[in-house]
Amino acid sequence: MPRLLPYLLLLPATAFLCLFFLYPFVQVAHDSVMRNGVYTLENFSRMAGHWKFSTAFWNTMILAAVVVPIQLAMALTMASIVTKLQRGRSTILYIFAIPLGISDLAAGLIWLSVFEQSGFLNSLLVGLGIVDRPILLLGYQNTWIIFIAIVLAEVWRATAIMMVILVAGMGLIPKEYGEAADVFGASRWQKFRRVTLPMLKPSLQTALILRVILAFEVFAVVVALGGTQLPVLMSETYHWQFAMQERGVAAAFAMVILGVSVAFTILILRLLHVPKGARV
Amino acid sequence: MKSLTKWRLTAAAVSLSMVAGPALAEPLFWSTQAKPVEESQKMRDEVMAGFPGGVDYQPSDEGPWLTRMQAELQAGSGRIAVLGGLHGDLSSLGPDLVDLSGIDAAAVGPAMMELGSLGTGEQKYIPWMQATYLMVANRKALEFLPEGADINALTYDQLIDWARATAEATGGPKFGFPAGPQGLKHRFFQGFLLPAYTKSTVTEFRSDAAVTAWETFRELWQYTNPAATNYSFMQEQLVTEEVWIAFDHVARIADAFNQRPDDFVAFPAPAGPEGRAFMPVVAGIAVPRTAPDMEQSMALVQYMLQPETQIATLRATNFFPVIATDLPDDMPASVQAAGPAIAAMTGAPDALPALLPMGLGDKGGQFNQVYTDTFERIILAGQDIRTVLDSQAEVLRALMIEANAPCWAPDAASEGPCPVN
Repeated sequence: MPRLLPYLLLLPATAFLCLFFLYPFVQVAHDSVMRNGVYTLENFSRMAGHWKFSTAFWNTMILAAVVVPIQLAMALTMASIVTKLQRGRSTILYIFAIPLGISDLAAGLIWLSVFEQSGFLNSLLVGLGIVDRPILLLGYQNTWIIFIAIVLAEVWRATAIMMVILVAGMGLIPKEYGEAADVFGASRWQKFRRVTLPMLKPSLQTALILRVILAFEVFAVVVALGGTQLPVLMSETYHWQFAMQERGVAAAFAMVILGVSVAFTILILRLLHVPKGARV
Repeated sequence: MKSLTKWRLTAAAVSLSMVAGPALAEPLFWSTQAKPVEESQKMRDEVMAGFPGGVDYQPSDEGPWLTRMQAELQAGSGRIAVLGGLHGDLSSLGPDLVDLSGIDAAAVGPAMMELGSLGTGEQKYIPWMQATYLMVANRKALEFLPEGADINALTYDQLIDWARATAEATGGPKFGFPAGPQGLKHRFFQGFLLPAYTKSTVTEFRSDAAVTAWETFRELWQYTNPAATNYSFMQEQLVTEEVWIAFDHVARIADAFNQRPDDFVAFPAPAGPEGRAFMPVVAGIAVPRTAPDMEQSMALVQYMLQPETQIATLRATNFFPVIATDLPDDMPASVQAAGPAIAAMTGAPDALPALLPMGLGDKGGQFNQVYTDTFERIILAGQDIRTVLDSQAEVLRALMIEANAPCWAPDAASEGPCPVN
């Protein structure tokens, strides 16, 4: 019995995942290659043939490429500061983590209230006399402002998740390494680059994988701020499923997101690989 | 102890059945219409109150609406007694709707009843209420109306002149158009702009006349507020005076009139070379084959057609009756403003009704997307009109063949799927 116990304890979670993750996943994969009862790649060709597909694909990629590095840099900085603190550490940690408690749609709406034509930013600009009348920021003519607004909202909302993982990771690094570096007269920057970063690889791996996958799934923030003016893969998936009622093509989009996520996960695992003997 | 538990369970069961009891008896009216809270409350309090035993009126978005209906159909049994939706919502459920020929609907016009057959021999839905789209202008814009133009008989060229003059006088574009994600822009292209220039929605999609239509619209777009890509209900921007001249569905401009009845005028859509095209909107009521109590469902459908119910519905939703009936004098300002404008549009000598898509089944969303994509590519992305029309025509043709949908007015009737020239 004691030998079976761990498996028994894992059973509920496994059953839950099989029922609510694995089963729908298999179904979506199946839907993506099925059309009118025949196996075909037509869903994928329809998806790729749509004029918005490449825009949506590259918007998603560029968004991830801009957002994730900013978040990585900020999360590393924030985590370093929090780790160094002697007092008030948990208070600061809680404050940093506040945006985590907000749903992504709510985060999008908060930033919408900043950027919309009657929003806070326009009121500020008018109040300061910089512009005569509220200007249209989130219009189709300047999608780059929409892009910047989305980047801001995403950075604001989801940096803390990386930070929390990195803080935990930094706590695991034995103090002796840092002390040894001090003995050899290493500067703070050298200590960070040569000691902290390499020792942090496992946590960086987790944080990056989590963030990158979430970045490819970005949806509510984009829809709240840009409507259909800045298509991303996820918003197109939603659109094909619900507005166009083309489950097959929506499933094809979902498979593309999955493919990209898996590819980047493998890449990150490779790049940040830590040999077994070198782990803390 | 044991008996106490048992007693508690019984009590719980009794109270549960008391809660569930009356709800089960009330027929469930599952609708895509009257979704705003005030409208659905009015539907419950004022429209449905007269039905013996009451009605559980539940509005929902189109996606969840269809999903629940399909789930009940797949399960083979359900709670939905009556479905309410636009023509396009109901047409995707055709085979699963029961024949309503037994309903006495003599007061409803035959053309509208024909829509409800969804191209089958059966009466799949009964028309419930109707609406259309109108133009609205702030009275302040009237002074810029081009000389000699009659607001009740405008042409697209005059509308452009008017929008230009208003823009020049006020220092910013003042035309409004619901081009946001929830806006009904596709209906403007399908039922107004294209038919007015080509006398067709589908067949002449890529004709030279269609190129002219899009050129005209591109010109009008210069005087359209660029924020239009965020607009969904034009009443909001009319009230804030972000726009002075606008096009939208009557139910989506009603608030402007109800809030400031003296500041706005409603008038017919403009005319093009082929006529004053406009799109009548029809909502219908249907009964799914899984309805729990057929007799009760039929009674509810019949109830919805009574003149008093129809007028109450008009008050609640700003959708007009489908039966000929005299309207009382105390109707809301929006109804009083829209009524004459609709009459002027439908009764115009050059009136050209362009019907809602028919026979597309669940391809309605994709059909709309063809027009939305064309708009986004030509107007927003600035692509070449001819190139875009040629490539979108291919999408449209494939769609019509896949749906096997014959032409509907104003396109000439076709054998087999509606052709795209």
